[in-house]
Amino acid sequence: MMLVWILILLIGTGLLAWLASRWGTFFPRLISLVGTLSYFGITLWLWLGHDSSIDNEGWIISYTANWMPSFGIQFKLAMDGLSLLMLLLTSFLSVICVLVSWKEIKTRVGFFHFNLLLELAGITGVFLALDLFLFYFSWELMLVPMYFLISIWGHEDRIYAGKKFFLFTQASGLLMLLGILGLYFIHGQTTGVYTFDYEQLLGTVIPKGTAFFLMLGFVVAFAVKLSTVPLHSWLPDAHTQAPTAGSVILAGLLLKTGAYGLIRFALPLFPEASHQLAPLAVLLGVISILYGAKLAFAQTDFKRLVAYISVSHMGFIMLGIYSFNEMAMQGVVMQMIVHAVSTGALFIIAGSLYDRIHTRDLAQMGGLWRQVPKMGTMGLVFVMASMGLPGLGNFIAEILILIGSYQGPFKVLTIIATLVLITATAYALRIMQKVFYEEERKVWVIPDFGVREMIVMLSLTGVILWLGWYPSSVLRMAEVPVQKVIREVTMSKSGKKEEMGGVDKDPVYNVTELLNIKSNDNKNENQAQTINSIKTE
Amino acid sequence: MKDLLWLIVTLPFAGALILAVAGWKLTRAVCAIVGVGSVSLSAILTLLVGYEFLSDTTPYLQVVWQWFDVYGLSPNIGFHLDTVSLIFIFIITFVGALIHLYSAEFMWKEDGFVRFFVFMNLFVGLMLILVLADNLLFLYLGWEGVGLCSYLLIGYWYKNPKNGYAARKAFIVTRIGDAALAVSFYILFMSFNTLNIQDILMEAPGTWTVGSGIAVATAFLLLGGAVGKSAQLPLQTWLPDAMAAPSPVSALLHAATMVTAGVYLIARTHVLFEIAPIAQHTVAVIGAATLLVAGMSALYQHDIKKVLAYSTISQIGYMFLALGIGAWSAALFHFMIHAFFKALLFLGAGAVIWVMRDEHNMFKMGGLWKKLPITFWTFLIASASLSALPLITAGYYSKDKIIWLAYASDKGSKGLWLAAIVGAFITALYTFRMVFLTFFGKAKAEPTHRLGWMITVPLLVLAFFSFAGGFIELPGNMGHLTLVSNFVEKTLPATTILTLQPSTELIFQIISAVIVLVAVFIAYKLFFNKPFPAAVPQRNAMQQFFFKGWDFDLVYDKLIVEPMVFLSKINKNDIIDKFYSGLAYITRQLNILLSATQNGQLRWYAMVIATGAILILTIIFFP
Repeated sequence: MMLVWILILLIGTGLLAWLASRWGTFFPRLISLVGTLSYFGITLWLWLGHDSSIDNEGWIISYTANWMPSFGIQFKLAMDGLSLLMLLLTSFLSVICVLVSWKEIKTRVGFFHFNLLLELAGITGVFLALDLFLFYFSWELMLVPMYFLISIWGHEDRIYAGKKFFLFTQASGLLMLLGILGLYFIHGQTTGVYTFDYEQLLGTVIPKGTAFFLMLGFVVAFAVKLSTVPLHSWLPDAHTQAPTAGSVILAGLLLKTGAYGLIRFALPLFPEASHQLAPLAVLLGVISILYGAKLAFAQTDFKRLVAYISVSHMGFIMLGIYSFNEMAMQGVVMQMIVHAVSTGALFIIAGSLYDRIHTRDLAQMGGLWRQVPKMGTMGLVFVMASMGLPGLGNFIAEILILIGSYQGPFKVLTIIATLVLITATAYALRIMQKVFYEEERKVWVIPDFGVREMIVMLSLTGVILWLGWYPSSVLRMAEVPVQKVIREVTMSKSGKKEEMGGVDKDPVYNVTELLNIKSNDNKNENQAQTINSIKTE
Repeated sequence: MKDLLWLIVTLPFAGALILAVAGWKLTRAVCAIVGVGSVSLSAILTLLVGYEFLSDTTPYLQVVWQWFDVYGLSPNIGFHLDTVSLIFIFIITFVGALIHLYSAEFMWKEDGFVRFFVFMNLFVGLMLILVLADNLLFLYLGWEGVGLCSYLLIGYWYKNPKNGYAARKAFIVTRIGDAALAVSFYILFMSFNTLNIQDILMEAPGTWTVGSGIAVATAFLLLGGAVGKSAQLPLQTWLPDAMAAPSPVSALLHAATMVTAGVYLIARTHVLFEIAPIAQHTVAVIGAATLLVAGMSALYQHDIKKVLAYSTISQIGYMFLALGIGAWSAALFHFMIHAFFKALLFLGAGAVIWVMRDEHNMFKMGGLWKKLPITFWTFLIASASLSALPLITAGYYSKDKIIWLAYASDKGSKGLWLAAIVGAFITALYTFRMVFLTFFGKAKAEPTHRLGWMITVPLLVLAFFSFAGGFIELPGNMGHLTLVSNFVEKTLPATTILTLQPSTELIFQIISAVIVLVAVFIAYKLFFNKPFPAAVPQRNAMQQFFFKGWDFDLVYDKLIVEPMVFLSKINKNDIIDKFYSGLAYITRQLNILLSATQNGQLRWYAMVIATGAILILTIIFFP
């Protein structure tokens, strides 16, 4: 029931904020802040109450109610470690979003917060839904408020960007609906039970060719959200034109629904078809990584540059997911979180600069360090995070994905992806150079970050440092769900192999098993070492 | 005491943190005390830990916490102390502390005083992580971290776009090596299921056969990383540009941190190089080639700091040569002595540049030996050490050992020895060219002020070590003292020496001594008290080629940088988006076309209906 309360809380707060706008602009903000803070409080409480060492693969919390029983549609929500991490991220960023909009949004404040919270409700629904119909419903629910956020409160080209976003997402969403319906009917025909229930649909026997096309429906929808090249071109426009909070939600959460969808739905529902798709998906992932980085380097618009960084980072997710390796998958979960934090922070910096100097053009900036050293320092931290500097969370994600996927069959592609270390440095340092260093090209007299902005930035910095030095808190939480997905995907494959004669030619799964055995030995050794060494406080 | 190892690393970070958070509220003096004090405390702690470690040199592991544990990869935040890392942390903290003290006076009037010390402290702390890390991933943290700090410090005077360019170049070029290093981690983890350095070194000889493809590939990837950070061929181009940094930064970068990282990496993973003989031989060849290429370039510079930059590249080349021929202890010995005299040279050059109103051109200096006596005498000692003047300088004992082993080691050869000896000649020549041009001849400008104690004390201390540091390791026929070798060989294997006549070593020593003296004499003849015009010297095409560092930059610019920038520029608007906008365009055109048919005129509708009817009827009746 807790999960339902979260959704009610978000939608209720949104409505309340809208209503409160008749008494001025302060109350909608305050109400939204209280609402999102309590959301964050709830997820923190859930997180602290969850002991990941006794995780037994069940759901931590679940809730099922009948919705439209005649069609086999339920209102089914459930949360495991992965969803919990995503909720934690969502609630954290929602507080941030309300805070960064505090001064930026000046018109139709109540309606803005209504859209913001409705959007968050949709995203939360996506991360919790276990009924495919409900999932699709939430998926579409994310679309409309975001369209409004971009088209009403966005920058100069907002109408175009809003339309583009809407068309890309809607078209790919329809493909997913086809996939869902196809799955629904095939399951109904083979078992006689017509249901949208995720757990029942798992393991549906689907003819091979059909399975591939059904999966493609899902994957295209998720790949559009993940902005995988060549489906990425909505993203730079939408990110650039959206207001700061919109950009943060787009980059931090909306893109992650694509990754979450792949992990939760596309892989477990279609394990064999996923293996067929893997080479293409990994290739596109690597192309996204490098192509995104190259385009980021070329941009002159600050927000557009950051948007292409997102394309590059999301390529890592594609690479990691389709390597079907536990380490890479853990890296993917990590990447979802750290990318949200680091790119979100860069968008906030770009947004607050825009508030001060009313331009996003890098050619008009320069030499700002002298005026805004705090902003510069924060910029430095997150620019370094997005180029994957060790000590900050993004490094853990990237190195896990890279080492993990190298253990799989795509060794050459992984090595090519490693080139991003160089290209990322080029684009990242370009930001520092053009914005904060060199002589001032125009003399701006602007205030540095205030208290509210520093609270936002320092909390983001805290998270990225904490994840860089002690990532276990996230990795441990994701371990069981990730192992479950990997097992579901690899089992089908090795099962099929046995039918074909038992000779497992694919090196990945040999390595997988080998590593599993070895890793236990390794742990024992480590324990022995730890005992030998003297622990300090 | 050993259990305070973590504190040695933490102190510089704590200093950086205090300055970063509260620096803007504190006075300059307090900031300087925090900045210098934190590193100095580290240095004192290192001495204490080192003293205890000398009595029992078994490697010591301190795990602070487990970083993460995924799928068999479970690196620690852990420190591994053995004789090699002890030498490194001693140099880093000790030389680092002296340079910090110097900077307190040198940077006193700069705007970003606090920023400077934050970055310097971070630099020292991350370098300490690099050399103490017990696993490759944690090492990589320090490795990338020093890259970041070098970027920040080279671009310290951020207003000048040139400095920004130099800073970015340093970071990006070293990152090329870092990418290679990262790939080696993939292979090592796949083969050994761990990234713990000691475990890998233990298992590697049993798992990989000598000279097998995977071993060679890994060693070459590690070498790639080392070449980037240590500015060896072909990735040396960033270091001369890095002179845009303030002089103390150059001193830190060249002596204690950053560029020695590559030497450390190869020494640390020596087992992997020993089972890949081709790779190890390549290390020696790269070292030999680099020391010649950089030495030739140093000969034609007019900027005093550029001479020193090329000389660093060249001296690290000697260390690589030593590593490549398995002379591990000789490499570390030279690293140690080089740290002393190179730090001193940069600090001295910095002082000269400072009192000459930021004048870098040696041809505009001259006659300074009377006016800056302490700087001159310390600089002279360091120069003598760099040129390896026989018997009396530390540099002689460290460099001559490498030259001798280049011939006498089982992996050595005549070619390597020849490169080393020619290098020694060039080194002495450009060093004394620098000394004569800067300190002798007619005075062309007056120094602006005298130097304070915070600058002179580090100069004197370093001068003492540049002179006396060599007497702890003497050649076989001159006392045969082997303190350093004994110490290093507790961790790294001893050098295998061919059996040669006892007189051979003496002959080789005499050759190298004579060659160095001849070089100094030639420099004296060419540059002592000569009336050079106070301007940038004229150069012919070949001199220009050497001056430009053999035009590596030009080649890279034309082959890599310009095509990439061009590609980025023409595709700024993302060609893929054209497909979608094309789609939108076609749809819109169709829309216009179709809406044109709805013009509201009855006769048009009637005609269309009629035409349509005729068409349909035609199709029906004439199939």
